Amino acid sequence: MSAPISPFVSAALAAPLPPSSLSWLNDARRDNLNHFARIGLPDTRVEAWKYTSLRALARRHFIQGDGQADQRVIDAPLLTFAGLEGPQLTFVNGLFRADLSHLSNLPAGLTLQPLSQALVAGNSQALHFALSRRYDTRVEAFASLNAAYATDGVVLRAAAGVKVAMPIQLVFVSAKAEDELLWHARNVIVLGDHAELTLIERHVGQGGARQLGTLGSELLLNDCSKLQHVLVQDAAPETSLIQHHNMCLGRQAQHHLHVLQLGGALVHHMLQAKLEGERAHLDTRGVFVPQRRQHIDTQLTIHHQAARSVSSARWHGVADGRGRGVFRGAIKVAPGADGSDASLYNKNLLLSPDAEIDTRPELEIYADEVQAAHGATVGDLDENTLFYLRSRGIHRDQARGLLTTAFCHVVLDDLPDKGLREQLCALLSARLAP
Amino acid sequence: MLKIENLYVRVEGRDVLKGLNLTLGAGEVHAIMGPNGAGKSTLGHVLSGREGYEVRAGSVRFEGKDLLAMEPEARATAGVFLALQYPVEIPGVNNTYFLRTALNAQRKARGQPDLNSVQFLKLVREKLKIMQIDDELLHRCVNEGFSGGEKKRNEIFQMALLEPKLAILDEVDSGLDIDALRQVAEGVNALRSTQRGFLLVTHYQRLLDYIEPDYVHVLADGHIALSGDKTLAHKLEAEGYAWLNEQPPMHRARA
Repeated sequence: MSAPISPFVSAALAAPLPPSSLSWLNDARRDNLNHFARIGLPDTRVEAWKYTSLRALARRHFIQGDGQADQRVIDAPLLTFAGLEGPQLTFVNGLFRADLSHLSNLPAGLTLQPLSQALVAGNSQALHFALSRRYDTRVEAFASLNAAYATDGVVLRAAAGVKVAMPIQLVFVSAKAEDELLWHARNVIVLGDHAELTLIERHVGQGGARQLGTLGSELLLNDCSKLQHVLVQDAAPETSLIQHHNMCLGRQAQHHLHVLQLGGALVHHMLQAKLEGERAHLDTRGVFVPQRRQHIDTQLTIHHQAARSVSSARWHGVADGRGRGVFRGAIKVAPGADGSDASLYNKNLLLSPDAEIDTRPELEIYADEVQAAHGATVGDLDENTLFYLRSRGIHRDQARGLLTTAFCHVVLDDLPDKGLREQLCALLSARLAP
Repeated sequence: MLKIENLYVRVEGRDVLKGLNLTLGAGEVHAIMGPNGAGKSTLGHVLSGREGYEVRAGSVRFEGKDLLAMEPEARATAGVFLALQYPVEIPGVNNTYFLRTALNAQRKARGQPDLNSVQFLKLVREKLKIMQIDDELLHRCVNEGFSGGEKKRNEIFQMALLEPKLAILDEVDSGLDIDALRQVAEGVNALRSTQRGFLLVTHYQRLLDYIEPDYVHVLADGHIALSGDKTLAHKLEAEGYAWLNEQPPMHRARA
């Protein structure tokens, strides 16, 4: 019954598992690899991959891991946003680069280090909950591959009550290499009770970096903690990325996430959130702008598992050229999550006849007195608004550009850091410029 | 300035304007009144170039140019401004940015250099003073969350900034209470000049108490049924539009 093994899978399985002195970690890696070996790459019959075919990717020959990651020449100023000073952790092709990171003067109660160091530093037990995880469904094929091979990534822990004002920047760089690389990075982020953090996660790349990166993040937000989280994916046009974020929110925890999916060739992003504590609150806003031949797929699933938990999702997509965007937003309200409040909206603009956007909002409700609202639209710019701008003397093309940009910017309008918001808007505008 | 001759316009398969004639000179204020469905709004939209209006016959010349052949943005640049009955809300577009983009687009089309932000703000402050508008409106997104009165005032403010030669005000009085109406009218009056023509489209005579027209036309059944001076508006207010049906058809407006 099994299909012949694709070049991708055989290359993935050929590499030896990374060595570790932690037996539980070795076990988890082996189990995850075995799972991947059994299932291989997901095909389009798997729901979360329905619109993202991996057939072309499966035929490519990747070399796993970058032996020269520490020597790649990187233009450091391009990695960060202006006006943001503070801790920064930078990874090149999945591996930590101390020379591009800033880890001095960390506030008390904040642990920020690369996974490669955290694993040898002796307090690895704190990572057990995330790193021992078995990803055992077909949907999670890449998560299991990532868990088997990733040796580096971010370990971030804010102790209970710690409030960090400075934003923390996590930068993942794809650098051009001699071979087509396959690399992995794995992040573990934990906020203790009442801890507060601002996190900026950025994916950038050098032109010509034809490679595949997998990024897996486990986030645990304990009771009453608060995370302001921005994810900016601005990878090179040749780079493909498979990302997943698994979030778990405790009682009254708040997670505000803004996502910009701008770059990349094939990008697949799974966001899975579990609202486990009463009145946990998840707010996600995102923009995805596939152009030319880009393919950007976002799979958002929000599990309301506790009473009076709140989620709000507002995502906008703009597809141009032959770009293809996919958005699936699922809200699942479990029995007992009474009084929950969930809303999810996805609006999309199609700017070219060859562009495509597939959107699917889903609701499953098994609790009482739940407020749930959802909607999705795909269309062109509003003719009345276009006319209004033109009647003021603005040329049709400029009016279209202005409205398209505005359509994206509204998603960012609640971002508290004005300087960052303006830089993100500028990034978006540059992407959307004809 | 504006010469409309024998204009026939069809909208969604229905003939709305049927042989409309109108001539408007610089410095003149013309009011177009008429019952609902007579084609008042159609006239404003067709003059500003909105899509979906099929011109079946006739011509419109603006300063000698064929207005109907021009794109909406070219009409604006040539000096035609339409204040909408229902101004559009544009989330995500800052009002100041929108105004500056519009003004600079028009300047560029006329071969004038862009105004930088300092020059632009200076101009805006001058106009705000004339319009008695709170500059708080400028920092919000275009018309988003504006009250009815704020939207209309924002239209007039745009007109003040863009300084058109011909301003068409489509039901600028609709939905306004008396104070808001007075403010809008004061803004319009401040912009009256010998160089500028106004076409006021309205259902009610009330607006004309505040903006005194030079001419009043009654638009009925797709054409100008009757023209006169401002006293005609008072007659319409007192007697309604029904008596028009007893008048013999009039095919020529003021020459």
